Amino acid sequence: MTRKIIPIASSNPGAGGGEEVGLYEATKKIYPRSVCGMFARWRWAMVLLTQLVFYGMPWVEWGGRQMVLFDLAARRFYIFGLVLYPQDLIYLSGLLVISALSLFLFTTVAGRLWCGYACPQTVYTEIFMWVEQRIEGNRVARMRLDTEPMSLEKLVKKWFKHIVWIGIAMWTGFTFVGYFTSIRELGMAFLQTQMGSWEVFWVFFYGFATYGNAGFMREQVCKYMCPYARFQSAMFDGDTLIVTYDPGRGEPRAPRRKGPDPRTMALGDCIDCGLCVQVCPTGIDIRKGLQYECIGCGVCADACDTVMQKMAYAPGLIRYDTQNGMEAGWSRRQLLRRVLRPRVLVYTAILALLVAALLASLVMRTPLKVDVVRDRASLARIAEGGRLENVYRLQIMNATEQPQQYLIAASGLDGLSVSPDQPVGVEAAQSRWVAVRLQVPYGSAPPGSHTVHFSIREEGSGAQVSEKAAFLVPR
Amino acid sequence: MSDFISRFWSNYVAVISLLSILGCVILLWLTARKRVAPSADNTTGHVWDGDLREANNPLPMWWVGLFVLTIVFGLGYLAVFPGLGSFRGQSDWTSRGEYEAEVAKATQQLAPVYAKYTAMPVEEIARDPQAHAIGERLFMGNCAQCHGSDARGSKGFPDLTDKDWLYGGTPERITESITKGRVGVMPPMAAAVGTSDDVKNVANYVLSLSGEPHDSVRAGLGKSKFTVCVACHGVGGVGNQTLGAPNLSDKIWLHGYGEAAIIQMINSGKRNEMPAQERRLTEAQIRMVASYVWGLSNSTAAAKP
Repeated sequence: MTRKIIPIASSNPGAGGGEEVGLYEATKKIYPRSVCGMFARWRWAMVLLTQLVFYGMPWVEWGGRQMVLFDLAARRFYIFGLVLYPQDLIYLSGLLVISALSLFLFTTVAGRLWCGYACPQTVYTEIFMWVEQRIEGNRVARMRLDTEPMSLEKLVKKWFKHIVWIGIAMWTGFTFVGYFTSIRELGMAFLQTQMGSWEVFWVFFYGFATYGNAGFMREQVCKYMCPYARFQSAMFDGDTLIVTYDPGRGEPRAPRRKGPDPRTMALGDCIDCGLCVQVCPTGIDIRKGLQYECIGCGVCADACDTVMQKMAYAPGLIRYDTQNGMEAGWSRRQLLRRVLRPRVLVYTAILALLVAALLASLVMRTPLKVDVVRDRASLARIAEGGRLENVYRLQIMNATEQPQQYLIAASGLDGLSVSPDQPVGVEAAQSRWVAVRLQVPYGSAPPGSHTVHFSIREEGSGAQVSEKAAFLVPR
Repeated sequence: MSDFISRFWSNYVAVISLLSILGCVILLWLTARKRVAPSADNTTGHVWDGDLREANNPLPMWWVGLFVLTIVFGLGYLAVFPGLGSFRGQSDWTSRGEYEAEVAKATQQLAPVYAKYTAMPVEEIARDPQAHAIGERLFMGNCAQCHGSDARGSKGFPDLTDKDWLYGGTPERITESITKGRVGVMPPMAAAVGTSDDVKNVANYVLSLSGEPHDSVRAGLGKSKFTVCVACHGVGGVGNQTLGAPNLSDKIWLHGYGEAAIIQMINSGKRNEMPAQERRLTEAQIRMVASYVWGLSNSTAAAKP
């Protein structure tokens, strides 16, 4: 037997030889080139709109209080004229279901509109990149700055950028906390350096998250943390509008001089300038087709259109189109007709129904809630005058912003009397526990449990709530 | 862990915890060294729904950094807090200690609220709406379980809203009842009273004291036998607040109404206890509850909620 000697080969066989890769990779920093165009304008419009709402809303007053305030400490949630209690959780659930369905609908029709134009991750990344570009310069200047050794100029630019970033991040954190505690009081407390420790914690936490996510994590959040990219394929179909490259028109790609018709050179329209890759905030090549990293922002379409214009080619080599439309070469009209497909119609119908139901229930909402709890101490007792008595505790929740008087009545048994029979006062947006006694003449009801109904009426408006309870008659 | 006699289980838990963490470190280290040849299309070969393929993309390094942070945090946690078997950790933290610290802090924070009432007479506290709310909350948390949330009691548990007091209704006596508790004992009196017929006669006499329906012949016969009851309940059954002997001449029947219930009481007696609250409530809290309870039966003087 001869011993086989395994030849020692180079561990790095070089490119082209199927290079081995590690299971982990270092993140490559992306330097997106800035871009002008229709989609970029839309994106900035959405950035301004969403941030105007986010930063501005807590400062708006409504009838002597903050218009939108989720007062966690007092467990009252003020939205415009509404006062919601934690018991109104159903409205929040409804809102979340509506949000989810809207996301499904928009995704089915036009892909990741949310990601590209409205998601805070995209929006803050956009804002932070704008600051970065203002301070460090354009793509090339930024790349050069990062590779050159430390200098006073580099130090100043970097420091200045981070200070501005941290300023924006902290303002964002402050605004966020301002939704949960009165922002004007929070501002005063800040000026007097008397903010509560939890408020400080959340300002810093949310500010730090903004700074980290928009300044450093950026596309990593979309690629590795956000679940939406992973399940979007469940909502996509062949008729979903996506940002897409038209390979039939673009290939074969090659650089060329401006002038002659590409067909005569047996070339496609793509001049392989790579601008679409340079502008991409997630660093992908859209020409490889639909990828999960694509957030559908459309900057590559803007960049390509600029190039096509310079080359005097028709725009739309990279455009919003559907897979089916791309293959069959459909016109805009044909594309629009395909929007009204069953999947879209079903989503729209459910969404419309839910929105209508939520609005109706909010409009018709009784500004009063009642919880009836039987007293746990006593089953039943004989009161003076030979009457059988049960005791209940009623939690009356005033969901208006005025003090109210409530009249308590009960029905369901013969000769039922209620004490107190005087109206009960509850302060504005407060709740109160009231002990209520129900009496029936002894022997008027057979032993066992009887259903009775409390009805609580608001004296001013006449709004009424009815609650079921059990009246126990012992053997 | 103190429930176990030997340290075996403590060590068992500690060793498994540390081995698991070590396993994670080894796994991270091995996978970081491993290199694989990518497939032609960079997928794992898994296909779903006809065209959904699983790409084989490397995990970013910062994510690995998170794993490392988790391990460092885990080891740090186990060093500082209890978690490693019966090892108590460097900080000597216990949930009981945490609770006691929170209670001490809350007590300290509440002290100024109560301080306002230490010098105020009970009659005045009862008129104060804020004090009423505090008293009500304390009553709901500590007293309502027996006396009912409207304080009207039930069989065996006295009504606190009427003017009938077993041990006296002055603020001082109420405070004493809450602080020290009360034990009322009615001894079985059948042997002292006489025959079962005598017991029935006494029961009818007791009913007659408050003008309830009764057999007047038996009541007349029972009157002489009632002398053994007078020691506690007094002449005419008016009760004795020093002993806690109930007034039998009013219409309040704490332990049951009617001849049968009274006979039962004479034959078997009863021991009824109000537990002392001095270890559950602070002196300041007892003051608030006492004012609240006093206000219930002196409602003309007390605050209207």
